[in-house]
Parts: sequence; structure tokens; C-alpha cells
Amino acid sequence: MSSYQNAGLLDWAAPILHGALVTLEIALLAYAIGLALGLLGAGTRLSAWPPLRALGTLYSTLVRAVPELLLIILLYYAGTQALNALLNALGDDTHVEIGGFVCAVGVLAFVQGAYMTEVFRGAILAIPRGQLEAADAYGFTRWTRFHRIVVPAMLPNALPGMSNLWLILVKDTALISVVGFEELFFTAQQAAASTRDYFVFYAAAGALYLVMTLGSNALFARAERHVRRGQPGL
Amino acid sequence: MDFSWLSDPFYQQYLWTGFVNTLWLVAVSGTLGLALAVALALAQIQGPRPLAMLVRGFTTVIRGTPLLVQLFFFYDGVGRLLPEIPGVRDSLIWPLLRDPFFYGALTFTISVGAYTGEVIRGALLSVPDGELAAGRAFGLSHWQILHRLWLPRALQLCLPTLTGEAILLLKSVPLVSTIAMMDLLKAANLVRDETFLVYEPLLLIAGIYIALTLILTGVMRLIEHRFPGARPAATRRRRLLPG
Repeated sequence: MSSYQNAGLLDWAAPILHGALVTLEIALLAYAIGLALGLLGAGTRLSAWPPLRALGTLYSTLVRAVPELLLIILLYYAGTQALNALLNALGDDTHVEIGGFVCAVGVLAFVQGAYMTEVFRGAILAIPRGQLEAADAYGFTRWTRFHRIVVPAMLPNALPGMSNLWLILVKDTALISVVGFEELFFTAQQAAASTRDYFVFYAAAGALYLVMTLGSNALFARAERHVRRGQPGL
Repeated sequence: MDFSWLSDPFYQQYLWTGFVNTLWLVAVSGTLGLALAVALALAQIQGPRPLAMLVRGFTTVIRGTPLLVQLFFFYDGVGRLLPEIPGVRDSLIWPLLRDPFFYGALTFTISVGAYTGEVIRGALLSVPDGELAAGRAFGLSHWQILHRLWLPRALQLCLPTLTGEAILLLKSVPLVSTIAMMDLLKAANLVRDETFLVYEPLLLIAGIYIALTLILTGVMRLIEHRFPGARPAATRRRRLLPG
């Protein structure tokens, strides 16, 4: 009995590790896009122009009020259809089938961006006003002020939130399995169903996620030390 | 957009059952989870070292793995091993062990306990020592200090964070649709299967969730206000970009 179980786990080791790799790829890409969306979102939420501010608020409020799983299912179906509608409207009659990978990344990034918007908004608001006024007094352009003053000054405030969101994102990638995309947890489910060894495979999947989250905790701790360099210890 | 199916009593029944189950699951696992959280926090602060380390490891594992994986682990992994224990099938708790609701509530209680436990641990540690010393000076027993001074002060400190945790719990309920429990998402999926409508049922329950989130936020804010000595949250806002 036990030798059979071991063989099961060994047979499935390669597909499951490959699934873990896919999970990491999805998470990294979605995180990068989510960061960009979050900066854009924070920019709109702090904008002086009311319609733009309303748009940013609507995005972050609505997305954060709806369960991730529901959003993922909704956007998974809507994404493909919207893209096809767009292509048709542009006069292109070809029917495109977005790959699961692109869809997974897009959906997770969209959700991630909404949460990131709030992290960046709070972090930017926490920058002492005088620092921004000093930049203006020196005649910095808006872009220079943004990347020389705003980003370095807000990063220490934003990093704890960013690290939290990364952990949430890694765990949220498992939700993609519900729409049938083959990442770590979907592969583990298949392995569990085919060997009837649910306990072992779900525990193994959990262990792999744990390795990823604990590993990234260490990386974020280093990053936080870096962006806090020169600051008095907390 | 076609919402005509809403007038069908059959579908209304689906949605109502899903709605009630959703709220019931939040209430059960929220209450039990909060109790577990306090126990886990106290075990880490005051418990003997081995117990504190055990709780620390447990919390790390729960917070480091996806909730969906935990749900499947308990439902499929543990749930399928249970009948192999002799006598379980004939025991009184067997009907409970076959119910997906049980596994949903179990998983969510553990998850709430682990996440909120950390919040409460931080809050317990940030209650000023002088207040507890004052309690001892008044001759209060250890237990009295805990439930009259320490815990109320800690809860007061972390109420806004608990609001966030409550909303996270509400938003994780759709996961149970994957273990065949009838929640709002499962109800919507059944409607979708039968009416061939892709979006409408999902959009409807998205709306319900937005409403529930708003209501829950309002209720928690009410509790925050009624809590004796609670400080109003800072609401001052300033606009900085672009200056």
C-alpha cells in the first residue's frame, strides 16, 4: 500500500513541479502588471480632476467588494468575449481564443491592481508635504519629481502592503484552477483524483505554496531593509 | 441583459438558500474563528514555550497556503480518511462529517483563527502595561484582568482591522461552491447551467456581495462607535498629486 502511494507521488512529482513553475510565472507577471495598474489607480485617485478621481475610486471600490473567485470566473468568460467584440468592431472577423495563461494573468493583475491602488494611495499620502514642495521649489518636472522623490519616499510605506499583496496573489493563483487552467493546484487535483490519494497530494500542494510564501517573505524582508536604508530603526 | 429568470420561484429558491447559507457560514465561522483567535493569541503570549512555538508554526502554515487548498485538504483529504476509522460511521457525529457545510465552517474557522489571531496578538501586546498593573493593584485576579481589562482594550485597539478581516471572510465564502455546498455562487452556477445565461446570474450575486460588504462595513462601524472609549478613525484627507 505505502509503496504504491510513494510511486504515485513520484510519478506526479514532475507535473506538479511544472505546475508550481507555471504558478510562479503567472504570479510574477500579474504582480508586475498589478504594480503598474496600482500606480495608475493611485494617480487617478489622487488626481485633481473629479471624473478621473471617480473612475479610480470606482475601480478600487468595486473590485475590492466582490469576492476574488467570482471576479475570476466573471472576467475569465468576459475577457475572451470582450476581446472578440473589440476585434469585430475594428473590422477584424477572426475569432481569437485567448489562452488560459493570458487570461489568468490578466484577471489576477486586474484584481491585484485594485488592492495595489489603495496601498500606493496611502503610501503617497504619507509622504511629508514639504518634500514634494521642495521638489517643486527646485523646479523639478513632474516626471523627475515622481521618480526621484515620490517613489523613493513612498516605498518604505508601501512595501509592507506590497509584500502582503504578493502573498495574497500567490495564494489567489490557486483560484485559477476553478476555471480549469493547469497550474499547481489543478495538477495536484488531477493527481489526487487519479491516485485516490487526496490527503497526500493536497498536503504536497500546500507545502509547495508554503515554500513559495516563506521564500518570498525572506526576499521582501531584504527589500524592506534596502528601501529603509538611512532611516532610523523602527 | 436578461433577468426574467428572477421571477421563476425555482431560481428564487436557489438564490435564497445560497444567501442564507452564505450568511450562516459567515456567522458560524466568524464567531468560532474569533474565539479560536483569542485562544491562539493568548497561547503565543502566555503559553509555555513549546505550545507557543506549535501555535506559531500552525499560524504560519495556515497563513502561507491558499484557502482553497485547505478547503480541499479538509474536505477531500481528511474527509475521505475519516470513514476508515472504525466506528466513525456509526457515531452520532457521522451526519455532520458528511456535510460540506461542516468542512466549510471548519476550514474558515481555522483560517479566521490564524489570521485574526495575529491581529489580536499584536493588539494584546500594545495594551499599555500600566493599565494591567493598575488592575493588579486593585487586586483583580488573573482571569478578571483578562476579561475586564486586557481583552476589551485589545479588541478596541484592533476593531478597524477586524472589520477588514470580517469582509475577507465574507468574500471567501464562494470557495465552498467548489465542494458542492449551496452558496450564492453555486446557486448562480446552477441558474447558469439551466438558463444558458453566462453573465447575468454572476452579475446579480456580484451586486449582492457589494451590498453585503457595504452592510457589513456599516454594522462594524456601528460596533466601533458603540464600543466604550473608541477613538473615531482619522478621516482627514489631503490631496497631493499633482500639486
